[in-house]
Amino acid sequence: MASIIRFLLNGEEVALSDIAPTDTLLDYLRLRKRLTGTKEGCAEGDCGACTVLVGRLVDGALAYEGVNACIRFLGSLSGTHVVTVEHLAGSDGALHPIQQAMVDYHGSQCGFCTPGFVMSLYGLWLSHENPGRPEIERALQGNLCRCTGYEPIVKAALAVTRDRPSVLFDPLEKTRTEIMARLWTMQVNERVTISKDGLSLIVPSSAQDLAEVLADNPQATVVAGSTDVGLWVTKQMRQINPVVFINHLAELQAVDLSSDGIRIGAGVTYSQAMEVLARNIPGLQPLLWRLGGEQVRNMGTIGGNIANGSPIGDMPPPLIALGATVHLRSAAGGQRSMPLENYFIAYGKQAREPGEFVEAVTVPRPARDAHFAVYKISKRRDEDISALCGAFHVVLGEGGRVSHAVIAFGGMAATPKRARAVEKALLGKPWTVETIEAAKAAFDQDYQPLTDWRATADYRQLTARNLLTRFYLETTGEPQELKRFAAGEA
Amino acid sequence: MDNKALDIAPLEIRGPMHSTLRHDSAHKHVSGTAEYIDDMPEPAGLLHGALGLSDRAHAEILSMDLSAVTAYPGVVAVLTGADVPGENDVSPSGKHDEPLLADRLVQFHGQPVFAVIAETRDAARRAARLAKITYRDLPFWTDIDGALANGAPVVTDGMTLSRGDARAALEDAPRRLKGEMRIGGQEHFYLEGHIALAIPGEDEDVTVWSSTQHPSEVQHMVGHVLGIASNAVTVNTRRMGGGFGGKETQGNQFAALAALAAKKLKRAVKFRPDRDEDMTATGKRHDFLVSYDVGFDDEGRIHAVDATYAARCGYSADLSGPVTDRALFHADNSYFYPNVHLTSKPLKTHTVSNTAFRGFGGPQGMVGCERIIEEIAYALGKDPLEIRKANFYGPKGSGRDVTPYHQQVEDNIIDRVVSELEASSDYQERRRAIIDFNRNSRVIRKGIALTPVKFGISFTMTAFNQAGALVHVYSDGSIHLNHGGTEMGQGLYTKVAQVLADAFQVDIDKVKITATTTAKVPNTSATAASSGTDLNGAAAYDAARQIKTRLIAFAAERWNVAPESIRFAPNRVEIGNKETIPFPDFIRLAYFARVQLSAAGFYKTPKIHWDRAAGRGTPFYYFAYGASVTEVSIDTLTGEYLIDRADILHDVGKSLNPALDIGQVEGAYVQGMGWLTTEELWWDNKGRLRTHAPSTYKIPLASDRPKIFNVSLAEWSENTEATIGKSKAVGEPPFMLAISVLEALSMAVASVADYRICPRLDAPATPERILMAVERLKAART
Repeated sequence: MASIIRFLLNGEEVALSDIAPTDTLLDYLRLRKRLTGTKEGCAEGDCGACTVLVGRLVDGALAYEGVNACIRFLGSLSGTHVVTVEHLAGSDGALHPIQQAMVDYHGSQCGFCTPGFVMSLYGLWLSHENPGRPEIERALQGNLCRCTGYEPIVKAALAVTRDRPSVLFDPLEKTRTEIMARLWTMQVNERVTISKDGLSLIVPSSAQDLAEVLADNPQATVVAGSTDVGLWVTKQMRQINPVVFINHLAELQAVDLSSDGIRIGAGVTYSQAMEVLARNIPGLQPLLWRLGGEQVRNMGTIGGNIANGSPIGDMPPPLIALGATVHLRSAAGGQRSMPLENYFIAYGKQAREPGEFVEAVTVPRPARDAHFAVYKISKRRDEDISALCGAFHVVLGEGGRVSHAVIAFGGMAATPKRARAVEKALLGKPWTVETIEAAKAAFDQDYQPLTDWRATADYRQLTARNLLTRFYLETTGEPQELKRFAAGEA
Repeated sequence: MDNKALDIAPLEIRGPMHSTLRHDSAHKHVSGTAEYIDDMPEPAGLLHGALGLSDRAHAEILSMDLSAVTAYPGVVAVLTGADVPGENDVSPSGKHDEPLLADRLVQFHGQPVFAVIAETRDAARRAARLAKITYRDLPFWTDIDGALANGAPVVTDGMTLSRGDARAALEDAPRRLKGEMRIGGQEHFYLEGHIALAIPGEDEDVTVWSSTQHPSEVQHMVGHVLGIASNAVTVNTRRMGGGFGGKETQGNQFAALAALAAKKLKRAVKFRPDRDEDMTATGKRHDFLVSYDVGFDDEGRIHAVDATYAARCGYSADLSGPVTDRALFHADNSYFYPNVHLTSKPLKTHTVSNTAFRGFGGPQGMVGCERIIEEIAYALGKDPLEIRKANFYGPKGSGRDVTPYHQQVEDNIIDRVVSELEASSDYQERRRAIIDFNRNSRVIRKGIALTPVKFGISFTMTAFNQAGALVHVYSDGSIHLNHGGTEMGQGLYTKVAQVLADAFQVDIDKVKITATTTAKVPNTSATAASSGTDLNGAAAYDAARQIKTRLIAFAAERWNVAPESIRFAPNRVEIGNKETIPFPDFIRLAYFARVQLSAAGFYKTPKIHWDRAAGRGTPFYYFAYGASVTEVSIDTLTGEYLIDRADILHDVGKSLNPALDIGQVEGAYVQGMGWLTTEELWWDNKGRLRTHAPSTYKIPLASDRPKIFNVSLAEWSENTEATIGKSKAVGEPPFMLAISVLEALSMAVASVADYRICPRLDAPATPERILMAVERLKAART
């Protein structure tokens, strides 16, 4: 057993043994390392002023991803390379091409958000050879600027893409091999436990070790991406103890395709899952692109979105509609599975026993003739939490009658919930406007939504009904959803 | 002299006025080296403050048990109103209605009641949650409807503007319409939240670093709270991470608390509220309820307007008086009202006291005005642009050139701005195409609108229209620039440095920009009302003029030439045709000749005067103009929308720096778009603001900005008044270009009832408001 967290910070190796389980990377950078280029704008992962890159070894390669340092705990950084804005400029002070483009195109005004934008654009630069406007805008979904109106920032990003210089000039490309070698030596194969002032963090060495840790500490908080738990700490100032980090566990990072569907480990981030999910279930792609910002997608996991049981998580509705199975595991009970919809019992209550953790979720591919779509409705189009999110999965059988209908919504009840009355009103009926109109009334039986700051109950109910209309129109070949960019537009 | 240098003497300096130049800190912004207050090296023994906030909207404090707060590890002190040695008040209005720490009565949910000072920020924040306060609840209301229903008082006197006989003209008008419009408030969401760092000095001295647009007021407030004279207080501001009006008065409380704790504990103290506390405990843009009554004829010409502008001001006056005044000053936008009667009602509510925000009431005045135009257009079945043109102010002397406040509009260029934009944006053809599209589209509908802006420039409080600058020329020829304006991203420091470089004819990198400080330039006005460059640029110019006058006198005597023959050429001084001397060498000679190379410059805006009681005068030195066309698509099943395209033509006079000015125009439009679309403030039934962080309060993203965004400056425009370089103010006016977003959305909604009903779309036009308006119109058309 070890009691140290080691990672690389820019060019320096860091070894920490005196940290609390919820110490954030941002506070560490600013208060202890005096690296003040990384800013705190919101402390909840929504503004991107604290964006840094975290490089980690994935399938034998070194991948750098933008993350929010404000909600990233130090305990989750074992064996990674943390890169801050201070690392970009050359030792002679020469600006990185991204920084220079931001200057040349007047991409900063007050400048407070700017380091975060630079880091997000840098993450895009490292992962995309030739991004167009859709990719640039997606890469910037997690960065707020209040001064520029974004136009000069996007222009700078496009210009850098056009005049991309040799990788030899890039501080991370030129050190890639060396950094990989250093990170290999820092990988840990034993459990790490650090305690400070009676609070502990535990980094288990394997899924089995995780099960044992949880058996001993059933009150532990399991943290994968910390995109939700991070806010418990920074906003509610909750003391959570012990904290168990699972984001590094290779076994939980697996994505497996089988005849049952796509099995996604609980540690797989949205970014990692995106490609395989979108390829196999194209109807999920628009939702995945609108889930959080890039930093949140790089940290957050589908497993976490399920495990925390939120009524407004975006993944449960489509996964329920697709008939997903959740896999749970514990040291005492071993592995068990259940339909995902059964996992959500009530607000704040899930079918997870003490000591049990979400190990994976399996998502069946819809049948070739099935119609599937998911619609997210939010006040702002991107990087917002759903007012409601509806997923529709319908198969038409003999004579064009509905032979299978699963509809699930988030934001309409205390849990992600199926619209069973609506489904019943559709089953066996011909797929026509009349059937749709008749089925709409059943929404009142399924849901009695609340009014809050995201929407009124009336709007939620009316929009849920109208989404059924949208779904119907789309199955008839009439796409009706607003799209900022046409497919393939650059 | 170095003649070789003269051989390659440039024809022009780097960075004169009217040149495109990057922001002075751009290279520091992108590399993370631009220093904000929280980035400064911390003084040894620094303590951190956190606020204890009320959790009642309106209540009497019966008891406060702070023992658990005090006992929390790391806590050094807990301060309440009783600890204030001077006045427990930070009201900028002089009305004494804004306690630094509420001591008996709390008047909004989230009002600061006590402050915790601790060894770490974390300890201070955690301890602040441990107070046990008992209250006796009192009746409260949080919105305008509640205020009107409860007969709420005003926080400051309202204003009336009147010209002609509105009542008679309304009755005589061929057509008449009445209606109401609700306009939401707006959180500033500067990316850098409020922050202050106070360092105690000898005697009564204290130095405060504050993220403020108004260092002089912070100085006064700190003095007031500590009971010491202004000369003991120094306030410094190098840059803010955004202000937008939110740091005009709202920084006072944090600076005063930091200074109070620093003097009491004899240690440096930093106050940096977290985002949620910042959004909860500091003021926002005012919400308005506009009630209008308009008389017009069949051509759409307005005969009379009678309107009341009621505002949610929060619990105290703050700047609500001048904000609601400015709403009335812009209730005409660009239109001549032959008869008019306008009244403001600055209503008290049990919410945080609302404050300045880019446009300062002007946007709300103008949105209400444009609703009136829409009403007329839909009533007559015409394009709103036709109604606009029929009502524009006429040329000077046309008889249609007098505002509701009796100021003559002398510099009117709105016709030209609008007609150029109408052509360059292909407005008419696109509108026809949109109407065709809508006819054949079941779910998606489009809309387009062209709206104008005319915005009055000057503080309506005449005294604020003054500024100072301090310029030193050191004996090596380098120049030190200081002025009373503050830098919040708008590029003021860059523009004023350009003025100085231009005046001395030296490259701009010879001009050292320095942090704003009350110790160098006293009695400054807030950097607000878009006035920063007009005032401080002119003051810096005046300082340069004084130094140059002395230099010319020196040179004329030394070389025995006529003063007129001495010319400041790029980086050199030409002494008639006798000699050409590099600027640093010339300065060195002047120094040895004992010429004073430092000057305090001063400027006050000429011409303006204002009699508020009479509602008459010339409150504005000039007007800035602009126009925008926005095209949108909406989904009539969900109310979701996209901003497809925006075209803007904006007037900044003769631009001092086109790159910075375009940055202001684009940024203002997108910020205005956010105000009118996705930014919604929502209070629950306990009076608690529930949209207090970016997770719940949604400002625009890169993917929200217009997909096509064509922005131009009216390059032919020059200020007709003698402003610095004939330029015009740019901070606020383009904010109101976003009104075309709201109106384009409104047109898309109107399409479901064949454009025969005014959608009366209120702001912010969230997807929900759009959908509900669509439903309303669908129901009404049958």
